[in-house]
Amino acid sequence: MAALLEVEGVNVVYEPNRGQRIWSVRDVDLSLKQGEFVGLVGESGCGKSTLGFALTRMLRPPGRLENGAIRFDGVDISTLTGEKLRRMRRNGFAIVLQSGMNALNPVRSVEHHFGDILRAHAQDGENYSRAAIKRRGAELLGKVGLDAAVLSRFPHELSGGMRQRVSIALVLALEPKLIVFDEPTTALDVIVQKAVMQTIKDLQRENGFTAILISHDLGIVLEATDRVLVMYAGRVVEDQPSDDLVRGPHHPYTEALLKCYADPRADEIHLEGIPGVPPDLSLPQGGCSYAPRCPLAIDVCRKVDPPLAPLGQGLAACHVRAPAAGVAKT
Amino acid sequence: MRQVESDMPAATDQAAKVAPLVVKDVSKVYKARGAAGKFTAVDDVSFTIAPGAAVSLVGASGSGKSTIAKMITGSERPTSGSIRFGEVAVEGLHAGGLRKYHSRVQMVFQDPYAALNPLHTVEYTVMRPCLNLLGMSGAKARERVHELLEIVGLTPAKQYAGKLPHQLSGGQRQRVVIARALACDPELIVADEPVSMLDVSLRAGILKLLAELRSKRGLSLLYITHDLLGARVISDEILVLNQGKVVERGATKQVLQHPKHEYTVQLLDAVATPFVADGTNPGG
Amino acid sequence: MSIVSPVPPPEVPGAAIEIPFGRGSASPGPLLFLGRAFLTLWSNRKARIGLVILGVDVLIAILAPLIAPHSPTATTFAPYQNPNGTNWFGTTGNGQDVFSQMVYGARISLLVGIAAGAAATIIAVTIGLIAGYRPGVIDEGLSFMTNLALVIPGLPLMFILAAYLQSRSVWTIVLVVAFTSWATGARVIRSQASTLRTREFVTSAVFSGERLLAVVFREILPNMTSLVAGSFFSAATAAVMAEASLEFLGLGDPSTVSWGTILYYAEQQNSLLTGQWVLVFAPGLAIALLAVSFTLINFGVDALSNPRLREKS
Repeated sequence: MAALLEVEGVNVVYEPNRGQRIWSVRDVDLSLKQGEFVGLVGESGCGKSTLGFALTRMLRPPGRLENGAIRFDGVDISTLTGEKLRRMRRNGFAIVLQSGMNALNPVRSVEHHFGDILRAHAQDGENYSRAAIKRRGAELLGKVGLDAAVLSRFPHELSGGMRQRVSIALVLALEPKLIVFDEPTTALDVIVQKAVMQTIKDLQRENGFTAILISHDLGIVLEATDRVLVMYAGRVVEDQPSDDLVRGPHHPYTEALLKCYADPRADEIHLEGIPGVPPDLSLPQGGCSYAPRCPLAIDVCRKVDPPLAPLGQGLAACHVRAPAAGVAKT
Repeated sequence: MRQVESDMPAATDQAAKVAPLVVKDVSKVYKARGAAGKFTAVDDVSFTIAPGAAVSLVGASGSGKSTIAKMITGSERPTSGSIRFGEVAVEGLHAGGLRKYHSRVQMVFQDPYAALNPLHTVEYTVMRPCLNLLGMSGAKARERVHELLEIVGLTPAKQYAGKLPHQLSGGQRQRVVIARALACDPELIVADEPVSMLDVSLRAGILKLLAELRSKRGLSLLYITHDLLGARVISDEILVLNQGKVVERGATKQVLQHPKHEYTVQLLDAVATPFVADGTNPGG
Repeated sequence: MSIVSPVPPPEVPGAAIEIPFGRGSASPGPLLFLGRAFLTLWSNRKARIGLVILGVDVLIAILAPLIAPHSPTATTFAPYQNPNGTNWFGTTGNGQDVFSQMVYGARISLLVGIAAGAAATIIAVTIGLIAGYRPGVIDEGLSFMTNLALVIPGLPLMFILAAYLQSRSVWTIVLVVAFTSWATGARVIRSQASTLRTREFVTSAVFSGERLLAVVFREILPNMTSLVAGSFFSAATAAVMAEASLEFLGLGDPSTVSWGTILYYAEQQNSLLTGQWVLVFAPGLAIALLAVSFTLINFGVDALSNPRLREKS
């Protein structure tokens, strides 16, 4: 299948104050096939949400796409603006936010929200009557597991989980080919979290859209996705099919992330956190960003930033695990 | 962590004087505004925390677990029932008695971003209980702050003492919150979801710290959470709470391995664990 | 189990700056606090302009005897003079030097502005904090008082009070202005205090054994510095305008020299008709500039209680 999304050399820089530059996303390449469900994992501040925002062209100042190309369905969307960009959002790309459930307007009913989004993105010849909006709204709510009666409700009458489902249904209204889910369940209760994730998985399977799930929780990501990208300090450091990653993480960072999990039912439990803190992204990174926390680090790690090199079924950026040609070990 | 015993002489002989906490038939009913009437947040809950024991209260939000924490720490009063900490009747405490009580029972809060005053340095924050509750002199309190920071893993203490909260990461802030809770050598620490706001990679460190403090200092621990893994790591006994009622209780490992109540099973199913499916655990 | 001690954090840009009072345990000394507040305000461009105007006014007021070429009350000049070499702004109908009056008048306007602003702020902070931190009957009582003070039209009340009070000194005006302008600030401070009261760091302070006053003044109040400063500068602006209005309407002491009384006499003597526009223009502009300086400074107060914003300076 052809790639739906192709990203080459994307960099995102934040300039919160004059003279201060934070390299939030650095040299990210990735390629997503039609219908793939990919996870994007990393600690807070690693740039995963920023990358999600950049891919859906939702970045706002002080964040800025520095260079690189984002080809969506063959069109480079990285430089589109105004009306052209808006048109791409219909049948294009969309994002579901962690705070999406709080983005609903408290004084408008759910039906109103559907009306707004359907009319705003109506294509030539489309005319949404009240009945048509109701029909379409009920259908979309059905997809996310909500009753059509929710249409007449106001946001404050719905629970957090229901509101997040509504915000997903609103995104589905535009029939996007790519949906980025940015921590869609983090703000929800455990049991609700599980149910909403299940809905997202089912939707993706039935509708066949391409999805990116952004989360700090590797457990959630592994349960839902086909492939996982691990980000650290603004870079993708590992890219593997989910099943392979559970059995054999390549990058020492992924390995450490996996050690943060255990089955509470197991007889013996060993939990290990990751000591240390991620590097400051406003400083130039000499060598591998993970080297200061890495138990495997060797001399070259502190000098040369390892490129993403093929390893097994995927890619890894590690001098020790995936030595790339041309970088000599010392 | 090695210096704990030597630096803190109070810690070793403390286990002997830790009082048991007895919660008996406690209910909390809130009067809702308007015609809606009453809402029972906690319904007839009883349990005991023996000296030096660690108990987990597990439940989803709205299960009443935080209300129980507030009643145990004296921030709320039960509608009925009694809470005894040793000889102290907690439900009847007022300003002065509550202050004294807080030198014995401390709390670790959920949100390390909200629990620290953004304008106060780490040293100021950790020093206040030493000055207020232990009546230490400034110089002595400062010395103690540095010991406490080392204990919670903020080493070297000098480097952290002068920092403001926004200069610290979430995990570091939570360590400051724990250091403050430890400052007056409490007998019981109530930890209300201490890791739920933190990245998964930081949680293990905080959980280990709490478990270690308990074993080394002999204090009792009430761990309130929705996270069963944390409950498993920290506590010997678990109470599963649903809509204000205790639906299941027992030894943590026993309850988690052989859950009887449907709600416990639901909570277990909700744990996102990459290894449950095929039983492999490369991390373990 | 072992705890792995964290690696020292990397140099965060903000972290590199040493916070002067960060090392000590006690709260900063008042001088240090004011100095930092000044630097914070100075870092905002609008506030800087305001501070410069205010600074010039303060200098003029302090150095008035050195700057003013003549006595402001001496009636030794020919009346109704237009600006000339001796009397730069001309003279009044009583033969007083207008420029000297302007210089000395700065003292009254500043005094009333700052004193009434401070008095109104003290009332607002006291009432707002108590109401915000003590929900229930106390809050309801104080909020009722505040709302009452808000619905009574300020200017007319001010006129009535000023007209009925026997002593017509500057201090009467200060009291009248303070009494009529505290309510807005109290309301804002009350709502902020009641929000902060439920924040976890306030609960934590109670767990640290802090007594009521320490909780209110060390935990809650410092987080409202910008609101307090904001309500001070708003009240000061209102006070400067109110003082000028009262003097202009003849409700003040006509024997004091202030920008308001210059306007009052200009009105009495029909200065605009006689072509002495400076008599109206100069005090009017001075009052407006002082009020504008307070308003401009108000743009910078947001950063006062935000340690993040503070560091940028």
